[in-house]
Amino acid sequence: MPKAGLILAALALMGPSLNAAAQNIGHITLASTTSTENSGLFGAIIPAFTEATGIEVRVVAVGTGQAFEIARRGDADSLLVHDTEGETRFVADGHGTERADVMYNDYVLVGPAGDPAAIADAETAAEAFALIAAAEAPFASRGDDSGTHRAEQRRWEAAGIAPASPWYRELGSGMGATLNTAAAMDAYAMTDRATWVAFDNRQGLALLFEGDETLFNQYGSVRISPERHPHLKHDLAAQWHEWLLSEAGQQAIADFRVDGQQLFFPNAE
Amino acid sequence: MTQMAHQLPELAIPALRFEGASVVHRSQTLLQPLTLSLDGCRRTLVMGPNGAGKSLLMRLAHGLLLPSAGQVYWEGKPPRQAMVFQRPVLLKRSALDNLTYALAVSGTPWRARKPLAREALARFGLSPLERRPARVLSGGEQQRLALARAWLLAPEVLFLDEPTAALDPASMRAVEAAVLDFHARGTRILMTTHDLNQAKRLADDVVLLHEGRLIEHSDAERFFTTPASPTTRAFIDGDLIW
Amino acid sequence: MPTTDNAFATALRLVLHLDPALREIVALSLQVSLAAVAVGALIGLPLGAALALWRFPGRGAVVVVLNALMGLPPVVAGLAVYLLLSRAGPLGQFGLLFTPGAMVVAQVLLILPIIAALTRQQVEELHAEYREQLQSLGLSRLRRIPTLLWDARFGLMTVILAGFGRASAEVGAVMIVGGNIDGVTRVMTTAIVLETSKGNLPLALGLGLVLLALVTLINGAAYLVGETARRRLG
Repeated sequence: MPKAGLILAALALMGPSLNAAAQNIGHITLASTTSTENSGLFGAIIPAFTEATGIEVRVVAVGTGQAFEIARRGDADSLLVHDTEGETRFVADGHGTERADVMYNDYVLVGPAGDPAAIADAETAAEAFALIAAAEAPFASRGDDSGTHRAEQRRWEAAGIAPASPWYRELGSGMGATLNTAAAMDAYAMTDRATWVAFDNRQGLALLFEGDETLFNQYGSVRISPERHPHLKHDLAAQWHEWLLSEAGQQAIADFRVDGQQLFFPNAE
Repeated sequence: MTQMAHQLPELAIPALRFEGASVVHRSQTLLQPLTLSLDGCRRTLVMGPNGAGKSLLMRLAHGLLLPSAGQVYWEGKPPRQAMVFQRPVLLKRSALDNLTYALAVSGTPWRARKPLAREALARFGLSPLERRPARVLSGGEQQRLALARAWLLAPEVLFLDEPTAALDPASMRAVEAAVLDFHARGTRILMTTHDLNQAKRLADDVVLLHEGRLIEHSDAERFFTTPASPTTRAFIDGDLIW
Repeated sequence: MPTTDNAFATALRLVLHLDPALREIVALSLQVSLAAVAVGALIGLPLGAALALWRFPGRGAVVVVLNALMGLPPVVAGLAVYLLLSRAGPLGQFGLLFTPGAMVVAQVLLILPIIAALTRQQVEELHAEYREQLQSLGLSRLRRIPTLLWDARFGLMTVILAGFGRASAEVGAVMIVGGNIDGVTRVMTTAIVLETSKGNLPLALGLGLVLLALVTLINGAAYLVGETARRRLG
């Protein structure tokens, strides 16, 4: 196949020049979620880690499902997501060696400022979800099997409701896109607080319900199995994992603010 | 006009033989089985009304087309050949580059190409146009450039397919003069035309085709004075239905 | 539309301040897309010309597939390249995933069909005109390829620009195989998606305007070069 050969030859010529800029001491690839990346958390804490260790962290921010898949295929050195159940299974299946709690943020319910379903007065999250369903107010769901989507589904379940169209709209989109859509059609939506605080296109949307413990959103760091994927940079990845759990890492997370608001709460043991 | 450097060696050019060569396209016979032999360093003119098969004969002879049946072959080593078409095909480059291209294709060393090309341009009166895009030249200039290109290939056999059909009288004279120059250099000429006077001026021998069939092949003098075939007589008298 | 006004202001500010982060993104976008176009042309031009010149069994099928691949969704191309370059994939050991090199591969896959298919069409037309003359000069099919490509160069310039347009505009493929890593594989289009998802629509649109201006600039330059050459050579 001369064609494939040509491609490889061209890449061989091109590869070094294209990669040269970013290669210094060493880097790891971190598969994580859009919520952490979009909020600006990584932009705030990674420089501190790089300064301390000389290790560059390259974040591939995708949906939780895709992040697991990337890690499972051996394409990332480390994993930081928010699906405790999934993370535990990932380790149990032998893809990872250990997972650890790093921090949490929380989900909030946003919706049209007029609050047609009157969820602002709800006592619990379950009640807020029930009010939305009772009012059949438009609700924009991620619908993409992401960590946030799964958390949202569990909340409906807990409220004993099977949401249905036409008022329940599954978008199949990321968090930001879902908020853009919710703003456009005056719909309620469940979002992580980090994305919400950093989100600029709120239009008529307002934060209506928050604070219920069932809405807490735990993030965990997972180390990838060296046996499954011997080619990965396990030494560097271990340093990242340890740093996240260390006092310095936890402090960096606590210090991260957007508009004076703390978004992530460190809770490593 | 004679340049010794371009004189071809006096070697016998092999004869070209057609043996029952025919051309069939989509079950239509365009050229009936043709048997014909062309030899000697002569100027052979192929004549006939439109659709007689003149162009097919030229293309068979030059190897641009393979016969559907029968054979076309050279009796010996195929000679160096060139062809000039009714509508010259020039590349989208300058006049000079069109010539150096032909030299490159024929394996002329790089250094020799430009001087040779300029010489040919001068010979065909095209020197002032050397940098002009070939495709914006006039019809006559384009045909002269095509002849200059053929000249550079020093062909032992030159095919010309209706080279003057689309030209004004002055350009036609230039082409005819060039044909004589080629012949004087030792190139065998095979040319189609439907212009009787042109044939009288140029031909050593004449081949007449009509409706895909060979009617007559004879020396020019005999062809024009005492033709063997009544069809030829009708053709010369202008009575042949086209 | 306040968003649109903001977008123009943002675009202008981005350009005027020569924001270093933006400069990096623009430079990488150009590097990746130009490299992809170079590789795509290097393969696509001769491939298209060969398809124009040779008749072989199954040629029709190849032409149809090539034409169909012109409409290949970028996400599908990205996914295919991802599976190819992933550690678990056949070319995993090269470690190209999430590097600009992977983005180049994905974009080559996207633009190669465009370049090859359109080249085939243009060369076929030109060859219809040139065939007898080139045959008369004794050129084999292989040796006709450079001549035909060179003489079709003005039309092929447009073909290559079409490839560049697709490469620089697509986002689905580079997002998957590049990972939109800040400072490593973030290009104009993935940055636009990111800013959109943050709800930062003025910045997203502003980046879009910068991208549009850039592509316009390159097309304009190519047009000028082409017109000058055309006037000179006919």
